Amino acid sequence: MKELMLGNKAVARGLYEAGVCVASSYPGTPSTETTEEAAKFDEIYCEWAPNEKVAMETAYGASRAGKRSYCAMKHVGLNVAADPLFTISYTGVNAGMVILVADDPGMHSSQNEQDSRHYAIAAKMPMLEPSDSQEAKDYIKAAYEMSEQFDVPVLFKMCTRVAHSQSIVELGERVEVPVKEYVKDAAKYVMVPANAKKRHPIVEERTLKLIEFAETSDLNRLEEGSDKSIGIITSSTSYQYVKEVFGDKYPVLKIGLINPLPVKKIKDLAASVDKLVVVEELDPIIETHCKALGLEVTGKDVLPLIDEFSQGLIAKALGEPEAPSCKKIDGLPGRPPAMCAGCPHRGMFYVLSKNKITVLGDIGCYTLGATPPLSSIDTTECMGASISSLHGFNKALGAAAEKNTVAVIGDSTFMHSGMTGLANIAYNQTNSTVIILDNSITGMTGHQQNPTTGFNLRGDPAGKIDLEALVRSMGINRVRVVDPYNLAESEQAVKEELAAEEPSVIISRRPCALLKKVKRGEPIKVNPDKCKSCKACMKLGCPAISFKDGHAKVDATQCFGCKVCSELCKFGAFETMEGETITW
Amino acid sequence: MVTSIMIVGVGGQGSLLASKILGKVAMDKGYDVKVSEVHGMSQRGGSVVTYVRFGDKVNSPIIDKGGADYIISFELLEAARYVEFLKPGGQIVTNSQQIDPMPVIAGTAEYPTDLIEKMEEAGAKVDSIDALSLAEEAGSAKASNIVLMGRFSKYVEGISKEEWIKVIENTVPAKFLEMNKKAFELGVNA
Repeated sequence: MKELMLGNKAVARGLYEAGVCVASSYPGTPSTETTEEAAKFDEIYCEWAPNEKVAMETAYGASRAGKRSYCAMKHVGLNVAADPLFTISYTGVNAGMVILVADDPGMHSSQNEQDSRHYAIAAKMPMLEPSDSQEAKDYIKAAYEMSEQFDVPVLFKMCTRVAHSQSIVELGERVEVPVKEYVKDAAKYVMVPANAKKRHPIVEERTLKLIEFAETSDLNRLEEGSDKSIGIITSSTSYQYVKEVFGDKYPVLKIGLINPLPVKKIKDLAASVDKLVVVEELDPIIETHCKALGLEVTGKDVLPLIDEFSQGLIAKALGEPEAPSCKKIDGLPGRPPAMCAGCPHRGMFYVLSKNKITVLGDIGCYTLGATPPLSSIDTTECMGASISSLHGFNKALGAAAEKNTVAVIGDSTFMHSGMTGLANIAYNQTNSTVIILDNSITGMTGHQQNPTTGFNLRGDPAGKIDLEALVRSMGINRVRVVDPYNLAESEQAVKEELAAEEPSVIISRRPCALLKKVKRGEPIKVNPDKCKSCKACMKLGCPAISFKDGHAKVDATQCFGCKVCSELCKFGAFETMEGETITW
Repeated sequence: MVTSIMIVGVGGQGSLLASKILGKVAMDKGYDVKVSEVHGMSQRGGSVVTYVRFGDKVNSPIIDKGGADYIISFELLEAARYVEFLKPGGQIVTNSQQIDPMPVIAGTAEYPTDLIEKMEEAGAKVDSIDALSLAEEAGSAKASNIVLMGRFSKYVEGISKEEWIKVIENTVPAKFLEMNKKAFELGVNA
């Protein structure tokens, strides 16, 4: 049976067919659906872990116990999980283990454009890289075979265009894999220096065996071409672009096992063509390997180090004529993403923006608080950095900063890596003010549960961490909860906590407006006779409010009925559909 | 021979359902199919693009400048934004609905005028319909994507109305089926 399938869903299908039993991940675009889709199979236990390090260690524990396991993360998540990564390369596995990492060339939904292949080289782990959905499924199964054959967790690299593209997949059956017995083996699993010293040579020998495997495995396949003036080495989605442009014209070495790379296969291709070309997105990994082999190669001299590729980009770089097209229409206004109508984050950012407060931001939907007209957020780096960097900011500048600077962080991000930063504030004492934007869900990645929501990945009741109690137990005495729809209450809380002479946490709590359980309010309207055109409501940047014919106007199809705009109107111009003035 | 279609619009308008239907119709005809979409940040009211490509053998899942045979647009400004992706003389099927982007809401830009004329000057053929009103006539504003699919079906050769309807039957929930069939029909006859 064949199905048109998202790359990420094909990964999940591969997990099912490979007999995987345990999956633990942290959501991150473009990796999230692999775990969500896997959860639809009863045979695979799936969970959201608080962060990627925990996810990887959970999967590792399951592998060591004897069942095939899986964890998934986006590229920056692998930074968080790098600690276990490097050492479980030494211990190896019991049952097979696969670590999926999804890169985001072009940064459709990410804060940097790092190339995860460097991790495979640094951690001395094999890495597979599919180029479409069928390969995603097939390679997952191959990855588990390799993991058990070579006694190593296997990295599995996706990118946005493979993860979020659909192509046709032939379905197979699940093969149940017998549980491997857990046997105590301290020399293999207790990584104290004496044992680790003995494991490192095993890792190096393994790499040599993997290179031999790379020479013979059909994961790296040579596709013949009629024109030997050029030979192309490529992988992942770049392979598809190369085939789109050149078809079967030139010989192509399609790399599926990106680490370790073959030697003989590459040298053989080089010897059979006039010129060797490497087509790879982001960093020159294959190219550097070729150069180390003493081969002359064209790559990053003609292709960019930044952004994702396309067939047109490759055609142009390699001297093919450009496709004729319609003319571009210049001067069109952009359409950047914005906080949704009814978004609970908007009210708090309005308060922070109005009071000209320095805002150290974090990763999530609320990063959109950096965009005009609110333009509230000053900094955004990585998960949890808002809180830890606030402490450093305040240590550096003292009271001058403490009275005017906050950290903002979402509920899921706080559980991911905000707690340790807050521990530092409680321990090393700055008068820092941390605002937890608790919208009761992991929003940006598409509504995943987390330890504060009370539900698990499948939506069933689960353990629920009480944020107030947690924060208090860490030694923060000033903890208060506000409703961000209530601007006066939120503003008062922010002012008082900034003025306080000890650390404080404000929990700005209201569920995401897009959650199914959240009831949409009645849309409201503007009475044009009362509107004095002061544009105070426009400062919210609500997509449902525009300024037309000299007055504010509410788009009833978009309005969520949160009424935050009406709090800003001094003239009572916002009314219910029945014409009643809205009062607060 | 590969047919390349871009579906563009504003995040949250239902372009994923449209691409799903289009992909299934092509697959049922025995074509190789690839569909590419972007999730995450860009869905929060931003400009969104989905690529659908089908033919005997499809390699790339994306469409480049000058690569699209058709653009189906859920919003007028978004149709204009991607016109250079169209082959010269390519067809645009667009909703005439206008949704103000944030720079227009914030007052730093104007919603452009004469967009249909500008697209035609750029070399495109343009078919603009009021899909929102037609969807409301069918029973729900949310069905404007199906209205547009109906309209688009007139331009694709070799796929009968019955084949489109069959896929819609297998894709939308049963309780919305009649409404969606009506929306498709209204799009065809608009």
